Amino acid sequence: MRPVLRSPVGAASAVLLCLLVALAVFAPILWGDRAAAIDTDALQQGPSSAHLLGTDQLGRDIFYRVLVATRLTLGLALLATVIGVTGGLLLGSAPSVLPRWAARIVTSAVNIAVAFPGLLLALFFAVIFGTGTVGAVLAIAFAITPSFARLTQTLTASVSGRDFVKAARVCGVGRFRLLVRHVLPNIAEPLVINATMAAGTALMAVAGLSFLGIGVQAPSYDWGRLLGEGLNRIYLSPAPALGPAIAVVVAGLAFNLFGEAAASLAGRRQQQRQEPVTHESVVDTSAGGLLTVRNLHVTFPGGVRAVRGVSFTVQDGEMVGVVGESGSGKSLTALAVSRLVEHPGVVSADRLEFNGTPLARTSDRELGTGLAMVFQDPMTSFNPALRIGRQVAEVSEVHQGLSRRAAFAKAVDRLRAVRIPEADRRARQYPHEFSGGMRQRAMIAMGLMGEPRLVIADEPTTALDVTVQREVLRLLARIRAERSAAVLLISHDITVVAQTCDRVLVMYAGRIVEELPTSELFTSARHPYTTALLAAVPDLDTDRDAPLAVIPGRPPEPGEIARGCPFAPRCPVAEQKCRLEEPSLVSVDEGHQVACWKLDAELVEAAVGGAR
Amino acid sequence: MSELVFDHVTVRYGHHTAVDDVSLTVPSGQVVGLVGESGSGKSTLAATAVGLVPVTSGRVLADGKVQMVFQDPYSSLDPRMSIGGSISEAVPRGIDRRAEVARLLELVNLDPARAKALPLKLSGGQRQRVALARALAARPEVIVADEITSALDVSVQGAVLNLVRDLQRQLGLSMLFISHNLAVVRYVSDRIAVMKNGAIVEEGPAERVLADPRHPYTRELLAAAPKRHTRLEVS
Amino acid sequence: MITVERVRGSAWLPFARRRALRLLTSLWVLVTAAFLMIHLIPGDPVRESLGLTAPPEVVAARRAALGLDDPLVVQYWHYVSGLFRGEFGTSLVSGTPVADLIGDRLPATVQLAVLAFVVVIVVAVPVGVVMAVLTKGGRRRGGELAFTSVSVVLAAIPEFLLAVALVSLFAVQLGVLPVAGNDAAGSWVLPALALAVGPAAVLARIVRVELLSVLGNDFVRTARAKRLPARLVYLRHALPNALTATLTLGGMMLAALVAGTVLVENVFAWPGLGSTIVGSIQQKDYPAVQGIVLVYGVGVLLVNLVVDVALALLDPRSTIREA
Repeated sequence: MRPVLRSPVGAASAVLLCLLVALAVFAPILWGDRAAAIDTDALQQGPSSAHLLGTDQLGRDIFYRVLVATRLTLGLALLATVIGVTGGLLLGSAPSVLPRWAARIVTSAVNIAVAFPGLLLALFFAVIFGTGTVGAVLAIAFAITPSFARLTQTLTASVSGRDFVKAARVCGVGRFRLLVRHVLPNIAEPLVINATMAAGTALMAVAGLSFLGIGVQAPSYDWGRLLGEGLNRIYLSPAPALGPAIAVVVAGLAFNLFGEAAASLAGRRQQQRQEPVTHESVVDTSAGGLLTVRNLHVTFPGGVRAVRGVSFTVQDGEMVGVVGESGSGKSLTALAVSRLVEHPGVVSADRLEFNGTPLARTSDRELGTGLAMVFQDPMTSFNPALRIGRQVAEVSEVHQGLSRRAAFAKAVDRLRAVRIPEADRRARQYPHEFSGGMRQRAMIAMGLMGEPRLVIADEPTTALDVTVQREVLRLLARIRAERSAAVLLISHDITVVAQTCDRVLVMYAGRIVEELPTSELFTSARHPYTTALLAAVPDLDTDRDAPLAVIPGRPPEPGEIARGCPFAPRCPVAEQKCRLEEPSLVSVDEGHQVACWKLDAELVEAAVGGAR
Repeated sequence: MSELVFDHVTVRYGHHTAVDDVSLTVPSGQVVGLVGESGSGKSTLAATAVGLVPVTSGRVLADGKVQMVFQDPYSSLDPRMSIGGSISEAVPRGIDRRAEVARLLELVNLDPARAKALPLKLSGGQRQRVALARALAARPEVIVADEITSALDVSVQGAVLNLVRDLQRQLGLSMLFISHNLAVVRYVSDRIAVMKNGAIVEEGPAERVLADPRHPYTRELLAAAPKRHTRLEVS
Repeated sequence: MITVERVRGSAWLPFARRRALRLLTSLWVLVTAAFLMIHLIPGDPVRESLGLTAPPEVVAARRAALGLDDPLVVQYWHYVSGLFRGEFGTSLVSGTPVADLIGDRLPATVQLAVLAFVVVIVVAVPVGVVMAVLTKGGRRRGGELAFTSVSVVLAAIPEFLLAVALVSLFAVQLGVLPVAGNDAAGSWVLPALALAVGPAAVLARIVRVELLSVLGNDFVRTARAKRLPARLVYLRHALPNALTATLTLGGMMLAALVAGTVLVENVFAWPGLGSTIVGSIQQKDYPAVQGIVLVYGVGVLLVNLVVDVALALLDPRSTIREA
């Protein structure tokens, strides 16, 4: 609760709520007499200094009546909410403890009831319970119940599907305890928020029923009744109607806003202010290539530096691999060099050029036809609502001026080129009718609609089965061979990169720590991280009797990179210097660069040993 | 003696047969690795062993308690419950819970002082250790491990694999170890079973299956597994 | 559980069957609830309706005329078979058939609801899209705050209060629009506004939130990687996918809007079903209430049906969901 009070909306609504409660408690004591005092000399008066909102047909002061009515209005609303929410909670959580057949009955009953709007349910129950206070409260409570039951059911179902509930079941935790210990605590937050908002709704509904004359009956009065009375004379004076109206709106808003503030807080990760980050420029002596990247940085608000000064070059027709774990910045590097990093991410670089032109100035047409992208998850990377052929064809429609029909024909041709059987028929299908491997090939076909000079593939095989994985990798290699396109392959799997690429860039904590030809990867890798990675990942030749090499600790998150070499805390050979100063990439051999302070002979020995 | 036996197990969802007449035995004190691709039915089979999925026909027989470790350590621990609480829930009655939790945390190389920590404070590898400790808390004879390393970073996965192997040997557990990664399965398993389209197509001692695969699909899997020193040939 | 299937060929049939079954069940529940309504009232409804002073023989005669002395099953049979013949019983107050009353009043209500719904859609979707585009990725936090605050406030004002405020401002103070009735074209403006403002505010927020969440999807990144113009990214790729959820929630709001006519009609003395039902409840004219509740209920069920079918048509994966 405390953080809610810190947001201005939350604080304001909390103050309002306290004020309402205070009014409900004290107003009848303080002003009950004045609100009931009949003054036959002042019947149906308009607002005056004596009567702020005027008087009613018996000369009673409407302002005081509004204040005093707070208790009844608020009380009825809260009572209805408590009954309704409790009922909803019981009905909503019952299916998870009841036997299956009973659960099914409860669920379908709730499903039918929830289809009807609350007001209609309230009217229905108002007829049954009769007009009056009790009827109104029960009617509104019963109207809240189905939607709250549905909410509870949905939330319960979503939590019940999680593995920790399954794990608890496997441990023999009973159904009831499961509900109380694991499910309810994890859905309490949205339930409380919604109950708060339900109270606001109930308040308005109570007022609505009374306003219609089927809620609170004379001589009792709540805001709704006062409003109804006021409306009858609205021609003469608007104040008697507007007074209670404002009261209803303000009170309703207080509940709603408090709920909103709590909800937005629950849903929002902490947003921090962006600090300006300055990067030292590095003197660039090297020549460029098809893709030239010098001192690339990607930062996020809160000082999160995800990519920290990455430089590399991809030559025409070359296949370069980028290896790293989650948080190493490899995928953001891929997005940055394809101009796809979105706000609030900020990309800066000394040089970021595609085909000799700064990326920022490259036209959409040139990028759309010359730079192909393949993403990790083929299941989500296609628009589920459009046919595959249409999505593949789009590039030619937009960038090459082809008619819809011609572009579609070309798309079918490209789908055929990536060996999708019956391409003509398949092009008319939707993504969900494709298997994962086929989708990934269709994604590559999409890139082939233009004349790609560079294919950037971000974990293109991670989501695929091994047999399919091999086909996709082969397809990429074939495109490179047949069309002399360069490929930048990003992967967490060093084996995949070793099998397909000419050069490897190893990334750790937002930097390149080693760059070397793949042919030398297993023999001359020098960075302790690279060698440890090679030793830690089992393959089909790993010695089954020896324990796997272990890298202690875990990779740092982009936000927690401290001074010194980021690998130092996990590094077996780290010394004082490593913890204080971050090493930069230095050339140790032709095409081989390492960022490490410990480049002496013993390390090379260890490296070769570790990688076998 | 604590075998886990799947006896002609079939699981159907409507018209879809997820597991098709599978018979498989996890011998006492041994690790059976189950490989297969996504949708092959291996996780469904695992879920039948602990009663999370009802079998349509056939039987699952176990001599002792069966416990399971799940794939995603980010969803398999209740975010609102301390790790000690999660573990202690699985401790059988009549045992000093606090001491047992401390012992188990130590067993999986975690500091017992962290028992009060929420999962949020732990890395993926540490969470997976907690999940392992919870499974061991029930004093099981059989453990089902379903893709327990595939959600972990590669530099962390090795430590978890070592731990699993050590504990299995130390406690003499029988284990069904499920993974899509043949290299990982090969590293921990005594026997290997290969699953495809809901059926087991090959099963045998690990060495034999890897050296002399008899089913064409096993051969295909072996051929497709990435190897370090061979480059992918472009057909 | 969401089952993903194809909505062509064979998948249509199970969908239609399932949906028809649900409609029939709901209809049956509705009819039964309306029938039972009279019997659930504590005490004798006829006595309630005629008042305590009515002579016993009048009450008995009225009971007999209504068939209330028959066994419940027989009454149920009469009620249901009557519905099939278009008979809703006779009003206790006016003595005219309830069916005539409904036929008289229904068109005005339907017209008002449809007009309000059109206003909601025409306003909410563009506003939601524009706000989503403007505030994407945490940009323009001030604008987001303003939009959220205004929409929360507008959504929180119940339609009858808004109606009162509108009447007081435009009809009484400014005198530019009629206070009540549905005679002149101008008299449509205030009731439709009173009904539409709240739902429009809610829907605009939903459209914005849904669109923002769709914009975070991988396939939107794919569309951007194709370097499509922003217009195509938003309108061709993002919006249709945001509509599924919007339509689901929008359908519930449309149903609520149908019910909201009750309150608004009372403020504006609109000659529809809404103003009739309140009078009937107060006068304890139970057959009339029964009939009107039934009509409103059927209206809501029809709205739900239309939404479900529209969803199935719009979404090729078919969000044909099992309840």
